Amino acid sequence: MPNMNMVESVNNALDTMLSRDNDVIMFGEDFGYFGGVFRTSDGLQDKHGKHRVFDSPLSEGGIAATAFGMGINGLRPVVEIQFADYIFPAYDQIVNEMAKVRHRSGGEFWCPVTIRTPAGGGIRGGHHHSQSPEAQFTHTPGLKVVYCSTPYNAKGLLISAIEDNDPVIFFEPKRCYRGPFYGDPHKVPTWSGHPEAEVPESHYTIPLGEARLALEGSQCTVISWGAMVHVCERAIMDSGISCDLIDLQTLVPWDREAVVKSIEKTGRCVIVHEAPKTSGFGAEMAASIQERCFWSLESPIERVTGWDTPFPHTTEWDYMPGPDRVAAAIAKTQED
Amino acid sequence: MSEGHGTDPLHVPDAPHRPGDEAGFVDWPWSPEDLKRPDVDCDASETVTLAEGLVRVLGDDNKSSGEWDPKLSSEEMIAGLEHMMRLRIFDDRMMKMQRTGKLSFYMRSFGEEAVAIAQTMALKEQDWLFPTYRQPGAQFVRGRDMVSMICHCIGNEMDNVKGRQMPVHYTYREGRFISVSSPVGTQFSQAVGVALASGYKGLDEVTITWIGDGASAEGDYHYALNFASIFQAPVILNVVNNQWAISTHKNFASKNGNFAVRGLPYGIPSIRVDGNDFLALYSVTSWARERASRGLGPTHIEVLTYRAGAHSSSDDPSRYRPSDIHSQWPGGDPIDRLTEHLKETGEWSDEMHQKLSEKIDSEVMVAYKEAVKFGDLANGPYPSSDAIFTEVYESPPWHLEEQWDEMKKWRDS
Repeated sequence: MPNMNMVESVNNALDTMLSRDNDVIMFGEDFGYFGGVFRTSDGLQDKHGKHRVFDSPLSEGGIAATAFGMGINGLRPVVEIQFADYIFPAYDQIVNEMAKVRHRSGGEFWCPVTIRTPAGGGIRGGHHHSQSPEAQFTHTPGLKVVYCSTPYNAKGLLISAIEDNDPVIFFEPKRCYRGPFYGDPHKVPTWSGHPEAEVPESHYTIPLGEARLALEGSQCTVISWGAMVHVCERAIMDSGISCDLIDLQTLVPWDREAVVKSIEKTGRCVIVHEAPKTSGFGAEMAASIQERCFWSLESPIERVTGWDTPFPHTTEWDYMPGPDRVAAAIAKTQED
Repeated sequence: MSEGHGTDPLHVPDAPHRPGDEAGFVDWPWSPEDLKRPDVDCDASETVTLAEGLVRVLGDDNKSSGEWDPKLSSEEMIAGLEHMMRLRIFDDRMMKMQRTGKLSFYMRSFGEEAVAIAQTMALKEQDWLFPTYRQPGAQFVRGRDMVSMICHCIGNEMDNVKGRQMPVHYTYREGRFISVSSPVGTQFSQAVGVALASGYKGLDEVTITWIGDGASAEGDYHYALNFASIFQAPVILNVVNNQWAISTHKNFASKNGNFAVRGLPYGIPSIRVDGNDFLALYSVTSWARERASRGLGPTHIEVLTYRAGAHSSSDDPSRYRPSDIHSQWPGGDPIDRLTEHLKETGEWSDEMHQKLSEKIDSEVMVAYKEAVKFGDLANGPYPSSDAIFTEVYESPPWHLEEQWDEMKKWRDS
């Protein structure tokens, strides 16, 4: 089985779907001829033709609107918003249009669009190349929200997203494109040799709505998504505490069974995300867990998140949750 | 200290006439013979006079002339007249029902009946329509039953959108009439995507869309022109300049007052047309369709008209414009003009008009009575509230199932 980094596995998923389904059409800024600023569409235009893989004007609102129109007229568009920070000109088209057209039309029209967008920090991107705006989409009925974390789940989830008949926002943690990120900016490994970098060349899917149990333990449940999954893995190793690590993968709809089962086992929970704390998706998780698992909880649910500030440039390591903060939160859940 | 901005530090435009003012418009300098009909493969630069002028076919004497005369048969014109009369009678009936509480809200097309009807008649049945709330008349052309339209407006149990949308937000897939959305302008850029999908599939389908003068200030308008031009979409982009966006005059959407010319710098052939002239509308739309169908790309059309009525049943235009102003409009009334033209040609008479009007009036009443059998706004029955939870997604995820069960518990207790 080939070893792929996440750029290659995303590229492979796109290639797989272009080969399988002639209704799949892809475009975005710098996406076609050049192959994308992160190289995720490298070679696809050459292979599949420029009528199926092409550059768009610099117009996120226009990209989303065009994808909407293609989607309701029988195609299955996959579009790239170059950085999640730049998705907001498309927000009206996503929130008021894509998310609602099936409902508002009584099921006569629907919009099977996938919007891929690199998200999250760790590349010295400052305010506007680092944000992780998943919560701004999980609050919108009609959208599915996916956040991959490894080469293997990136491909399987992306194929599921493209094949889904509802609009899907697909976040790719740009920090993990070329290697897992364990929270130390001075030691950045590649995906080479990592078990999650073993990616089949063939078509496979990971169902939307299913979480991945990245580590199995007994004393605490750590829930995360995106790049923070790897930070959590390091923190759990450092803490010496036996933890379930749940990589949520899909935020809407999230995997109720996996979360409840784990909390009922461990009685303790830490939720980790790099987006700001207030109204972050961690708040939804914490509230849902206490509704469902209150009598299983042995200690307060901890949240480790980015701060409620704009994302910084040179000081991003003091912004993003690192293994120390996560390990301390895990330890805190063990206090009586 | 540097020179300031004089006595007008912040220039805010105004409407030309306000309540109490004498309403008046300058007579149009354009007549039907003025403008040539260029070949459909012309360049945008060859349409400058069409964008700066006004395409008319019906003259002040209601005779048709000029290169743009579509030379329709009397049967076609009478069919168009009947659709327009039906829309006006239907609108008047629905507005009365709204005033008596049978509908929550309503929007008439008064004064603009020709726009969607003439333009849709000029298209083929496989063409996609992406309307605003001011083009419901297209549905008559596509054969939609009035009963189902009324059921939607009432939001009763036969409403095909299941009580989810306000009245006049029609969806009619069978007639390729795409779902109306309240956020203004969004359909304009989406229509380009619809058209590109037809092109990608190699189908002879054209998409037509409309936007108001007010909404042309939204980004979606400019996205549409740019994407349509760049990708040569088979789309017809209409700006319906009816002078008003609720109370906001078109002077807040355009400094020079001409919307048609905005297509030219995008490289899109652009035309301004008299929106109350059924024949001119039909003709420019046929021209645009031929361009799209032959792979020559988009056409940008300003439809010059006047919103004769209120924006909606919630609006009172006497607060912001002279009450009789629409009767002064140089374009007159679209139904009167086509009627007079037909009479001029000897194909129509007052008796025939009266008879048709009575026939439609009774059809509308019959349709209304049929529709309320499925429920009215005051008494129901309404669509099942289960429809709150269905079709949010293709199938409801677990969290919607849970909330649906909770809703049912409260509803059914």
